[in-house]
Amino acid sequence: MTMKTYRQALHDTLRAEMLRDENVFLMGEEIGVFEGSYKITAGLLAEFGEKRVKDTPIAEEGFTGAAIGAAMLGLRPVVEIMTINFSLLALDQIVNHAAKVYGMFGGQAKVPLVIRTPGGGGQQLGATHSQNIELYYAFVPGMKVVAPSTPADAKALLLAAIRDDDPVLFLENLALYNTKGEVPDDDRPAEIGKAKIAREGHDLTLIGYSRMAYIAKNVAETLAESEGLDIEVIDLMSLRPLDRETIVNSVKKTHAAVVLEDDWLTYGIGAEIAATISDGAFDYLDAPVRRVAMAEVPMPYSKVLESAAMPTNDDVVNAIFQTLEAVGRRLKKVGQSHD
Amino acid sequence: MTDNALTTADEPTKKASTKKVAAKKVTAKKASSKKAPARSAIAPRNASRRAATSKEDGARLVKFYRDMMLIRRFEERAARAYTEALIGGYCHLNLGEEAAVVGLMGALRDTDYLFTNYREHGYAIMRGIDPNRAMAELYGRVDGVSKGWGGSMHMFDMSHRLLGGYGIVGGQLPLATGAALAIKYRGLDEVVMCTMGDGTANIGAFHESLNIAALWDLPVVFVVINNGLGMGTTVAKASAEPEIYKRASAYAMAAERVDGLDPQAVFDAAQRAVASARAGHPFLLEVVSERLRGHSVVDPAKYRSAEEVSHLAQFDPVPNLAARLIKEKILTAAEVHRIDEEQSALADAADAFAQSSAHPDVATLFDYNYATPVANDSRRLPGEALFVTAQRPSAEVGR
Ligand SMILES: Cc1ncc(C[n+]2csc(CCOP(=O)(O)OP(=O)(O)O)c2C)c(N)n1
Ligand SMILES: [Mg+2]
Repeated sequence: MTMKTYRQALHDTLRAEMLRDENVFLMGEEIGVFEGSYKITAGLLAEFGEKRVKDTPIAEEGFTGAAIGAAMLGLRPVVEIMTINFSLLALDQIVNHAAKVYGMFGGQAKVPLVIRTPGGGGQQLGATHSQNIELYYAFVPGMKVVAPSTPADAKALLLAAIRDDDPVLFLENLALYNTKGEVPDDDRPAEIGKAKIAREGHDLTLIGYSRMAYIAKNVAETLAESEGLDIEVIDLMSLRPLDRETIVNSVKKTHAAVVLEDDWLTYGIGAEIAATISDGAFDYLDAPVRRVAMAEVPMPYSKVLESAAMPTNDDVVNAIFQTLEAVGRRLKKVGQSHD
Repeated sequence: MTDNALTTADEPTKKASTKKVAAKKVTAKKASSKKAPARSAIAPRNASRRAATSKEDGARLVKFYRDMMLIRRFEERAARAYTEALIGGYCHLNLGEEAAVVGLMGALRDTDYLFTNYREHGYAIMRGIDPNRAMAELYGRVDGVSKGWGGSMHMFDMSHRLLGGYGIVGGQLPLATGAALAIKYRGLDEVVMCTMGDGTANIGAFHESLNIAALWDLPVVFVVINNGLGMGTTVAKASAEPEIYKRASAYAMAAERVDGLDPQAVFDAAQRAVASARAGHPFLLEVVSERLRGHSVVDPAKYRSAEEVSHLAQFDPVPNLAARLIKEKILTAAEVHRIDEEQSALADAADAFAQSSAHPDVATLFDYNYATPVANDSRRLPGEALFVTAQRPSAEVGR
């Protein structure tokens, strides 16, 4: 195990995979000479040269599409899109081609492509630069979407994504890059499509991914200390495929769930989770599934307005308390207890 | 056409008068050099070769100088506030591009429109927006030109016909094209100017927009501010045809390239471009400029060599114009100095104004959800529940 940042874990994994497989190469804006907008690719141009680390023009649709084509011929491109907001310019290539080529041609060509891109708000970047739109990709059959919240998972999921034969959108987060954690030294990939119980508990299931999984773990620890609450935390890790079983099994045990998401509530990722719980654990629920999400506005620049539009730890804590209150009311009404 | 107007870089001395029309013919020539031309190859800097400045031109140069100095001091003030964390988000400055900004904006009528990108503070001020309101926007305050909703990258003011700074590279091009369509649709004689950076010429929207504009004879001038860099990427590394104005030939569109460090040359070229657009012939104008600092305030620009950086000062259009004004006895050194003091005071006043302006009220968070009020609009804060948990009457439990 080695202690490193999320950023370092990504960097080291990219480097190791490039050393392991010469079909792996990187493409994106400002990843070479500039060393990456968020410095994930620092030093890689110097080490691997321009053939393996390709700075592109500002042409998201063009270079993402080119990566798909290169992947169809067996290369394993890892594309960096500077932030997920700019992936919208490549949406057509990703949705209409990366996700379609394998099925539409009867499985004759694979698209072993990774698109790395950070989401994240809260930096006063305004309406077009603060979006969390991973849902757009998680919605599409043929895509795989993963979203690690720790340095160790960043490594394990990136290994899995690069070695996978399908297009994988690899969601990073601006706020996580500097977070630290122990990272295993072996190169065991994670299994895409599997969620993780990040913390075991009985009182309530708190569900998140990426930055929101990080917040979920923090809140759970804080409430364990201050309130003696025993909250189970699920880190989804993978948004498509979605590990519905882990979610449902947890709620069968805890009887209550709060879902945290960095996107908008209406039609968001949390809606799918809530529907899953309703389908798979309806009879076990003692309270409605509660979702905490961003306010549904184009993100304002003003710090005051931006802060108001984004979920805080307090919002999460309130949602948990209100859900537990609802559980208490229900148990009283039906004269039961879970203890 | 002044002697500073640029011809093609491979023919630096060719008389530009042929070029107005030439742009349509620039076409067939194969991309000659892969390298972007060095600044020195673009325009003669030798003031002694310049024809004597007329009184009228002199007065205009003084006006340009005032305006350039205002942008300079405003941007420096903004950079300071950003470093002090009084301004958030990204902050891209016009430092080095002042001559380009004043020359371009000088060629527009009040009734013409401007669409631009995130590097737009100077443009906003030159469109006539009060520097106080521009600075208040950087501070995210209610008196900001976009009421604190846009920030540095997103200034907008319909009354001054600034139709936006846009943060998505190339996002403004289709919009500008559509605004020109609206003008033509209504039979007006207004013009749209749409500025962008060199790196932006490589995004798909560039090609789509120029083609549509040319096809439909729209009154729009596309302006590429070629400052040599898109973040850390040089033009030579990003554009297969580094002489960006030549791309117009693919759309049979008139084009020109001009020295962006000379406000008069930019003004003259912009006037030609605007006149062309007003006559229904869209135009591509490439303005060769300099970026004196990093891509944004936080960028230390380590990718530029020490040698390159050491040469930057000599291209700085602001002191260069001051030197010319003094040399040609249009202004005295004392007068130049006074202009600096006056404009510095305006920048300081803008900063003070911004600091004292109020933050937006959280109650206004949902004010701009929709222009047409609509049923069931979501106006929920992040932690709010969808419903107050409905409790089923006891008698019904078990039914
Ligand atoms: C679609 C999109 N891709 C990437 C970016 C990130 N980005 C912002 S500015 C910029 C460079 C633009 O360079 P240029 O067009 O030359 O303008 P300059 O900044 O030099 O004025 C990039 C890559 C973005 N904002 N939008
Ligand atoms: Mg540029």
